[in-house]
Amino acid sequence: MPTFVYMTRCDGCGHCVDICPSDIMHIDKTTRRAYNIEPNMCWECYSCVKACPQNAIDARGYADFAPLGHSVRVLREEEKGTISWKIKFRDGREKNFVSPIRTTKWGSIQSPAEFPVPNAEDIHSQELAHEPEVLNVSGGLPALRPDQLKQGVV
Amino acid sequence: MGLFSNRKTIFVDSDILVIGGGMAGCGATYESRHWGRDLKIVCVEKANIERSGAVAQGLYAINCYMGMQWDENQPEDHVRYARNDLMGLVREDLGYDIARHVDSSVHKFEEWGLPIMKDPETGRYLREGKWQIMIHGESYKPIVAEAARKAATEVYNRIMVTHLLMDEAKPNRVAGAVGFNVRTGDFYVFRAKAVIVCAGGASHIFKPRAVGEGMGRTWYAPWSSASAYALPILVGAKMTQMENRITLTRFKDGYGPVGAYFLHLKTYTENAYGEEYESKWYDHTKELVGDYIDRHPVPTCLRNHAFLEETKAGRGPIRMVTKEAFQDPHKEQVGWENFLGMTIGQAVVWASQNIDPKHVNPELTTSEPYVMGSHATCSGAWASGPSDYAPSDYQWGYNRMMTVDGLFGAGDTIGGTAHKFSSGSYTEGRIAAKAAVNYVNDMKNDKFQVSEKQYQDLKETIFQPLENYQVGRNEIVAGTVSPSYLLPLHGLQRLEKIMDEYCGGISANYITNEPMLTRGLELLDMLKEDLDHLGAEDLHQLQRAWELQHRVLASESVTHHTMFRTETRWPGYYYRADHPKLDDTDWHCFTLSQYDQESGEWTMEKAPVYHIVD
Repeated sequence: MPTFVYMTRCDGCGHCVDICPSDIMHIDKTTRRAYNIEPNMCWECYSCVKACPQNAIDARGYADFAPLGHSVRVLREEEKGTISWKIKFRDGREKNFVSPIRTTKWGSIQSPAEFPVPNAEDIHSQELAHEPEVLNVSGGLPALRPDQLKQGVV
Repeated sequence: MGLFSNRKTIFVDSDILVIGGGMAGCGATYESRHWGRDLKIVCVEKANIERSGAVAQGLYAINCYMGMQWDENQPEDHVRYARNDLMGLVREDLGYDIARHVDSSVHKFEEWGLPIMKDPETGRYLREGKWQIMIHGESYKPIVAEAARKAATEVYNRIMVTHLLMDEAKPNRVAGAVGFNVRTGDFYVFRAKAVIVCAGGASHIFKPRAVGEGMGRTWYAPWSSASAYALPILVGAKMTQMENRITLTRFKDGYGPVGAYFLHLKTYTENAYGEEYESKWYDHTKELVGDYIDRHPVPTCLRNHAFLEETKAGRGPIRMVTKEAFQDPHKEQVGWENFLGMTIGQAVVWASQNIDPKHVNPELTTSEPYVMGSHATCSGAWASGPSDYAPSDYQWGYNRMMTVDGLFGAGDTIGGTAHKFSSGSYTEGRIAAKAAVNYVNDMKNDKFQVSEKQYQDLKETIFQPLENYQVGRNEIVAGTVSPSYLLPLHGLQRLEKIMDEYCGGISANYITNEPMLTRGLELLDMLKEDLDHLGAEDLHQLQRAWELQHRVLASESVTHHTMFRTETRWPGYYYRADHPKLDDTDWHCFTLSQYDQESGEWTMEKAPVYHIVD
């Protein structure tokens, strides 16, 4: 469903322009508000809808297969850590869903540079960052032996 | 290039350049910093890494998790599974490597704040299937991007990388990449000691089923523009299994995923008359592929094959029987949230057509083909394997290095490693990055050499479509029809039509043969010539122009590979009608290609399949 922007709600802040993975949300030069410049390259990913501080962006199902009269609205609340959906069918039925989006504080992830510097010889091992501990297995990182190799149809 | 001679050129030198900030690119960026504390690590992305790549809209499952901590699966089990699903042909060394590391990536995701569902009885991750765990993954990508941003020295968003740079001091060594800023139009020259290509696979090379606005509702993201392949192909890196395109059975029109429906909700398919149909096609399929039909689980392509045959027999549409499962409120919730978490468009289709799966069994369809390397298929670059056990034929240097020195890859870019999905792609990025750090360390003070001529020539090529448009636009009154230029959308639609009709797309029922492929290549040649006349009205269209260039080169590769493999290895994905059966005598092997940019010629060869695991 390509997205569209309500004229009276958009204030031209450009959050949607900044986030759109397809680069199709642009600012109209005359109205100084955002719009979808290329609906046929819209994946309906809702990145712009979720990012809009004014709730100015909505979506209308693709004209070639979606009859009118439906809506799928979303509210993403980073501080609460939830996303809420309201689905409205063409015939008026509604469904509502709420899901968590994150269990930790935004910005709380540590850079790998904050961890102790690995031993010099470990650069040549097969283990990756935080391994083997983070695998949480007793035998360490699994490995195959070269003598296990065989060639043939399996 | 008089018109644009004042364009700014910006130089960014680094030790490791990561191209593409999706799952693989974020993994590569994170791991590069862990091992290379003093290195300059640059990640460049054509969109914004906060929401880029195939995971931009989120995921509701992580499809590659071993569960070694609970002894649920071991890496060799995953190798057997992927090999079976791909009809025998996977790089088992690379697959094992991802499988042995992938759990550590997933454990970090959870620590970082990704909500992973738990089984209330065991406390373990809630399994959707043997390999899949269920997540509330709306913010999967923002979380992973946060870690990558903290690890990178610099992240450059909104820069479309168009070409790789080659070292002029040492043959066959990469030295960086060039591209342009889609907002400012500045030309960027990224010089680097090692490059990790983590770009996207290919949607929109075959004509999609949707005809108008809906063409954006492809199964794979429309921004996956085959840069994963075109960038390495252009500099002569060998590619493998490019014929191994994937066709997907999905909910009709929205291409909503079926995995959770089959595995967790236990829904099943039936034909228009309420009959089970897969078993009907058993003998017929056995004729084509022999014992592969007896494997468990039945390979994805063979289930597609039964779907296609049943439809051709006139007993479509095939439906997913959801009415029973959706009476359970928990299952109904999972069914909807599954879409809202990763394919919102399917929820829209159902809402718009009044399809409530509690009361209606929804239709399924088979998608147009896609070329990619991380789902149930494995197209991509031919890469060196892990040093501790990879066979010598698979090992010529650093792990995940392609056949070009210093050029690494991960995710959709690397071939032969099916079923890595989001977590496996991320993990492969980490594997490639550690190897790249080793490569950079071993280079010591050995400097790359890139002449001004090399990047200036590319600069001229890159911005040519803007000039073509400026000049040609003056010839016509208005509109989109010009005798001197093609718009990117024109070229894209011609490409999709050629691939669809000649290389086994939906209009041809996924069927092709040598004469069709030969004709397809002739038409692709003419399209390639016409790409010199692409016209771009603005920087956004210039991005589209280069995405098209990448798609066309990848498509040419796909067509040559499809021609080379004279068998039908994956019925249900595509058919060589002139060689309708699987042929293990001649074709239990990988196909490799190499492109020569000077001559435009492709060289094809076979490579052995080593079975490491019983």
